[in-house]
Amino acid sequence: MEKENKSLNSKRSFFRRIFAFREASILLIIFLLIILMIFFVPGFMTASNITTTLIGLSMDAILAIGMTVVLVLGGIDLSVGAIMAFSSVVAGTLMIKGMNAWLACLIAILLSAAAGCFVGELITKIGLFPFITTLAMMQISRGLAYILTQGSPISTGSISKSFEAIGQGSILGIPNPVLILLVLVIIFDYLLRNSLKFRQVYYTGSNEKAAKLSGINTDKVKLYVYILSATLAGLAGIITLSRFNVATPTAGNGAETRAIAGAVIGGASFTGGQGTVFGALLGIILVGLVNNALVLLNVSVYWQSLVSGVVLLLAVVADVYAHLRGKN
Amino acid sequence: MDDVPIMEARGIYRSFHGIYALEDINLKVYPGEIHAICGENGAGKSTLMNILSGSLIPDKGEIYFEGARRIFKSPKDAQVLGISIVHQELNLCPNLSVAENIFIGNTPVKSFEIVDKKKMVRDSLSVLEKFNADIDPNEIVGNLSVSRQQMVEIAKASSMNCKVLILDEPTSALTENEVEVLFKNLDMLRKNNIAILYISHRLNEIFRICQKVTVLRDGKFIRTDKVKDVTQEDVIASMVGRKLNQIYPEKGRSGSNVMLEVDNLSHKKVYDNISFKLYDGEILGIFGLMGAGRTEVARGICGIDPVDSGEVRLFGKKLSLNNVGQAIENGLVYITEDRKTQGLFLNMKIKDNIISSTLKKVSKMGMVKNDLTDELSTKYVEMMNTKYRSLDQLVINLSGGNQQKVLLAKWLSVEPRVLVLDEPTRGIDVGAKFEIHQMLRSLCNSGHGIIVISSELPEILGLCDRILIMCQGRIVGEMNWEEATEEKIMGYASGTKISM
Repeated sequence: MEKENKSLNSKRSFFRRIFAFREASILLIIFLLIILMIFFVPGFMTASNITTTLIGLSMDAILAIGMTVVLVLGGIDLSVGAIMAFSSVVAGTLMIKGMNAWLACLIAILLSAAAGCFVGELITKIGLFPFITTLAMMQISRGLAYILTQGSPISTGSISKSFEAIGQGSILGIPNPVLILLVLVIIFDYLLRNSLKFRQVYYTGSNEKAAKLSGINTDKVKLYVYILSATLAGLAGIITLSRFNVATPTAGNGAETRAIAGAVIGGASFTGGQGTVFGALLGIILVGLVNNALVLLNVSVYWQSLVSGVVLLLAVVADVYAHLRGKN
Repeated sequence: MDDVPIMEARGIYRSFHGIYALEDINLKVYPGEIHAICGENGAGKSTLMNILSGSLIPDKGEIYFEGARRIFKSPKDAQVLGISIVHQELNLCPNLSVAENIFIGNTPVKSFEIVDKKKMVRDSLSVLEKFNADIDPNEIVGNLSVSRQQMVEIAKASSMNCKVLILDEPTSALTENEVEVLFKNLDMLRKNNIAILYISHRLNEIFRICQKVTVLRDGKFIRTDKVKDVTQEDVIASMVGRKLNQIYPEKGRSGSNVMLEVDNLSHKKVYDNISFKLYDGEILGIFGLMGAGRTEVARGICGIDPVDSGEVRLFGKKLSLNNVGQAIENGLVYITEDRKTQGLFLNMKIKDNIISSTLKKVSKMGMVKNDLTDELSTKYVEMMNTKYRSLDQLVINLSGGNQQKVLLAKWLSVEPRVLVLDEPTRGIDVGAKFEIHQMLRSLCNSGHGIIVISSELPEILGLCDRILIMCQGRIVGEMNWEEATEEKIMGYASGTKISM
């Protein structure tokens, strides 16, 4: 018994090190990458490049926050990119019809939340698989966005200065979309680590049956998580609209895959029960930096997707090896 | 019985992280005998079996098979020689048919590698017939009961020219009747000169069907004896390294205050008109063969599964049915028989497991507080006398007995008033079992209501003060411990005697 415990103990501390390691090691890689880029990538350390890169990845990162929670739950949400487009198109269309910009945004976000609620109900009440359900919702939302715009981007023109500030303004030199992202990351990272409600998400994702027997209303937990994910996607759509004054039905195309990749690189697991918002942010930043380097080095954009895939594979392979070493 | 061992292990060592899980193990297995391997959880039984079946490679030591030294690099190497293992958790493909499962390793084919389904079904039938098993080879495995699935797995092993069959806790999920069938089949295999290595906690079974018994303790070889030369007490003493003079705690005395009252609880086709009372000061046992509906009744009472009609009153207060949250809040908890898939969050920390049903208690303003979490989990983990290094340890790395203690600690942290425990000591070692029994008795003495569901007759007889017996969804018998015997209980449970 004594011996068994000792060996278990070394196993445990190893696991502990990995988890503490996960974020620290990605952070380290990001720092190394930045140093390399400062020296070898011309044009990287300019204010405009850094600002554009950060704004560029902030939409994906907002989606990744919701995606992390969904992955912790043991689910998946493929609809976020499409819901982002849907939200921006709904708000844009309403504004063109003369509605107050803020009211239009509110309606768009509420409709996004409703889409998440619908998905959540289908998953919990009928027991559909999240993959299929959110795949269908992805096509439905994207379809609605195309129908509302007749397939081409619609310009809202300059409707309201205060609304434009969301996407175009900045405070102390930091662009507002990045600020919004930072605030969301801080809030959700803290909540995911500490709040009772989000702890229930970890329990449900780790072992749904046991969570149910522990008195946790797992259906409710699931429903709220899909609503949260869709709501964040709706918010991302509003920010995009505000940034360009244009509602594009193709907005957020493929964003769900980037959000999943970011969350997984940051430590979320497809089996549920694992993942942090901070880790997901780091994952998105890592992929964003690599892509930025490719752009600045004049590598064809077609390489970006390939390289992102390789980074994702490296992250999960490293993860599997770390766990294997932990087990043997 | 031959004098030449079919398989022999000499000086086997195996370590994990520099700690020996097995040290200098010697074992001789002869054809035509059933050889039991005993030991507490963590004694090294599974590690040894994994080495003998090729899943693990020893650090040091030699394995001989039919007189020649063999080195197993993978389970396939052992299988080719005729060494098969049937794990406690069965390894079948639930979506495939019985025949497809039996021939998963050597599927018969016609030309162009087209599967010869007719031959596969025919051969499966002949294998299954040997076991007197009335199983359709075309049936999907997932539709079979656990005992039949196990039979398929044993049939699968024996179809591969099996010479040594390793069984890991084969009876843990079986009812008494199914165990009988299994024993008959094992005996048949033994008579066909197959050597069987039989891992079990159940000494009664070992003394019934095994010829030899080997005891391991803390990874070391303790002794091998002929079963007829030793007593159960001897074996228990070598397993735990001490003489257990009292196997069950003292009996209690039933009071007259009703703690829990179940009135005409029914659920269509599962159980019917279940009524009983739980008094203070008693441990109430519910016995029944598999399919009798014990677990279903317990889940119904505790609000986990829906109920068609009936009433549950806790201290006179009527509980709303199908509301597990309310039951827990009122102090009525159900502790599952299936700790791994329904009880614990295996990949989470000990402390996260403890607080999973007490989140509100350790939270302030909706935030879970670390200091409160540590305080609460330490209290209950210590109360259960759990062996652990840190509250941050993952539950998956604990032994079965300690996992069960964590599960109990979790539910004690709710401060329940009535506990319904479903198979509270399944698959755990003798020492931990005794500790859990003592804990239940002391909870009972301190005013908790305790209901224990068990398939182990000795546990029901040893631990409980009053026993209800269920058969086919009904309560068919009730007796006090003084008048209860194994024969009486089995009589009711198998439906031969109906009183009341």
